[in-house]
Amino acid sequence: MNPITSIRSRTVVMPSTNIDTDQIIPGRFLTTTTKEGLGQQLFADWRYDANGAPRADFILNTPAAQGCRILVAGRNVGCGSSREHAPWALLDYGIQAVISTEIADIFRNNSLKNGLLPIVVDAATHAWLIANPGAEISIDLQTATLTLPGQAPVGFPIDPFARYCLINGVDELGFLLSKNAAIEAYEARRGA
Amino acid sequence: MSQPKTMFEKVWQAHEVVPETADTPAVIFIDLHLTHEVTSPQAFSVLRERGLKVRRPDLTLATMDHATPTRTEQVFGGAPITIESAAKQIRQLEKNCAEFGVELLGLQDERRGIVHIIGPELGVTQPGKTIVCGDSHTSTHGAFGALAFGIGTTEVGHVLATQCLLQKKAKTLAVEVAGQLATGVTPKDLILAIIGQLGVSGGTGHVIEYRGAAVRAMSMEERMTVCNMSIEAGARAGMIAPDETTFAYLADRPRSPKGAAWDAAVSHWRTLPTDEGARFDKRIDIDGAALEPMVTYGTNPGMVVPVTGNIPDRRGDPVFDAAMRYMGLNAGEPIRNAPVNVVFVGSCTNGRLSDLRAAARVLRGHKVAQGVHMLVVPGSQEVKRLAEAEGLHHVFQEAGAEWRESGCSMCLGMNGDTVAKGEYSVSTSNRNFEGRQGVGARTLLASPETAAASAIRGRVTDPRELLNG
Ligand code: SF4
Repeated sequence: MNPITSIRSRTVVMPSTNIDTDQIIPGRFLTTTTKEGLGQQLFADWRYDANGAPRADFILNTPAAQGCRILVAGRNVGCGSSREHAPWALLDYGIQAVISTEIADIFRNNSLKNGLLPIVVDAATHAWLIANPGAEISIDLQTATLTLPGQAPVGFPIDPFARYCLINGVDELGFLLSKNAAIEAYEARRGA
Repeated sequence: MSQPKTMFEKVWQAHEVVPETADTPAVIFIDLHLTHEVTSPQAFSVLRERGLKVRRPDLTLATMDHATPTRTEQVFGGAPITIESAAKQIRQLEKNCAEFGVELLGLQDERRGIVHIIGPELGVTQPGKTIVCGDSHTSTHGAFGALAFGIGTTEVGHVLATQCLLQKKAKTLAVEVAGQLATGVTPKDLILAIIGQLGVSGGTGHVIEYRGAAVRAMSMEERMTVCNMSIEAGARAGMIAPDETTFAYLADRPRSPKGAAWDAAVSHWRTLPTDEGARFDKRIDIDGAALEPMVTYGTNPGMVVPVTGNIPDRRGDPVFDAAMRYMGLNAGEPIRNAPVNVVFVGSCTNGRLSDLRAAARVLRGHKVAQGVHMLVVPGSQEVKRLAEAEGLHHVFQEAGAEWRESGCSMCLGMNGDTVAKGEYSVSTSNRNFEGRQGVGARTLLASPETAAASAIRGRVTDPRELLNG
């Protein structure tokens, strides 16, 4: 995984509450054996009509959304299925951070492991972001802060270990493998 | 005396390989890793790229359920699997398991089924274990007093390679259910009511422990239905203390401990329940006796009302308005008599033998209403065999329902079984998200009894009307 320290981008806003992973990537696209190309099917049922043509009124199909790398979503984004295809699809499409007031557990975990930043902000910051789609904002992982245009940086919570891994491009599997002696000792202790 | 502990804390502590610190998560040992065709291919690819082996094939069990067809000719008859990419995914799992030495209960294996149904059936799901699977409904196994939760594909790779996961300790939430459920009211109704009360994110960051008289009175199959949907309240895991009901279920299962090992296991399992006086981070109370059959009306499992009730009027709330538009239903109207085109009985929530019996009890001697398509899909091949031995398939077929091979089927519509755009489906599964059962499909979640009653009337029906008369 490549190290990530900061992201600066305009935002695309999807204010719906409870955007579940079935919407992010519908089940029928999960019969893939790779991670590539899922960006094509991101939000497929909201993005395309029955004939596969882009729906003009869906936010990701609007000119303003092009090139945006930060998605601002309504409360409780990523609930439902554990499919990691959801962060894969967002990343493949070009989204690098998802901001909300609440992010579902498994989706947040899956996102961190792929370098998609799940950022939880307070209600006031969130309300500002929802009200100002397309704002150019920046996220700094070193300081764990988010900066809205013309405003002072605000902090966001992030697990220190996840942050360390993201900034240094450390992969968690490598970290776990380095614990082999402890795992062996545990197995011996348990006789398992 | 040591500090009283919750069941969750006991299981957690027993699996700490390296405890959590301020800077690093805990390394937690996993006793059972279940895997399936949809969320594993990319994990095996990582192992291959990095030259790693599966650390504990003896603790890993694979099956196929999500993308597998349910039509007998495609499973056993040599007919090609309709969806080419699904066929490829199935072949990939066969290849991965062979290459890495993982036991696979493959497409034609008589022990195959939905991963959360076969674990308990085989007796590999046991109290006190840590159990994971690349599937959010892994919470089902918590019914045995196991700590069981869903993980993503990267984590599937972590467990394959190290048998461990990096985890932060969750908070605990006690759901106390007093009283006894009334006739016609099922554990499915209870869990829908709990999600309605907690909301779809009310359990986020928590492990739920279901407690109280109504829970103690449930069979294992019923407890599984409850724990299954913990994730729909945002909780990754749900647990129920093991007791005599648990031990009776596990005794003599193919892979449960035998002889002296069984006795040792049971005495260990008896130490697992939450100690008197242990503290939970949060608690909610439910009056089990006051519940009615529940039906969802919207596009998440928390949008639920009693079958005798009305859809609430929350016009102006964007989530509610969007759900009403999608569902084609109206604020303030009774949910009873809502239209039904499809009825699905199955899934890891309600695809066990007792669920099929419950549906058959309502259906016996009736016909599925004209124009309604009813699909009954057993949760495993074992469930199918047992149901057929009792003649349940005849009840379904004589009523006009279809009877299939086991699998996830219409629960997530990635295997050829789907609900058409705009159609209403009363489903015993666990998610009513937009498009879950097919593009534009409108799902109403309910118990097997309510599903069967609704199939007969062709309208959303209170099953008590048919049970009583
Ligand atoms: S039956 Fe449905 S919820 Fe259960 S494992 Fe299969 S797809 Fe998931």
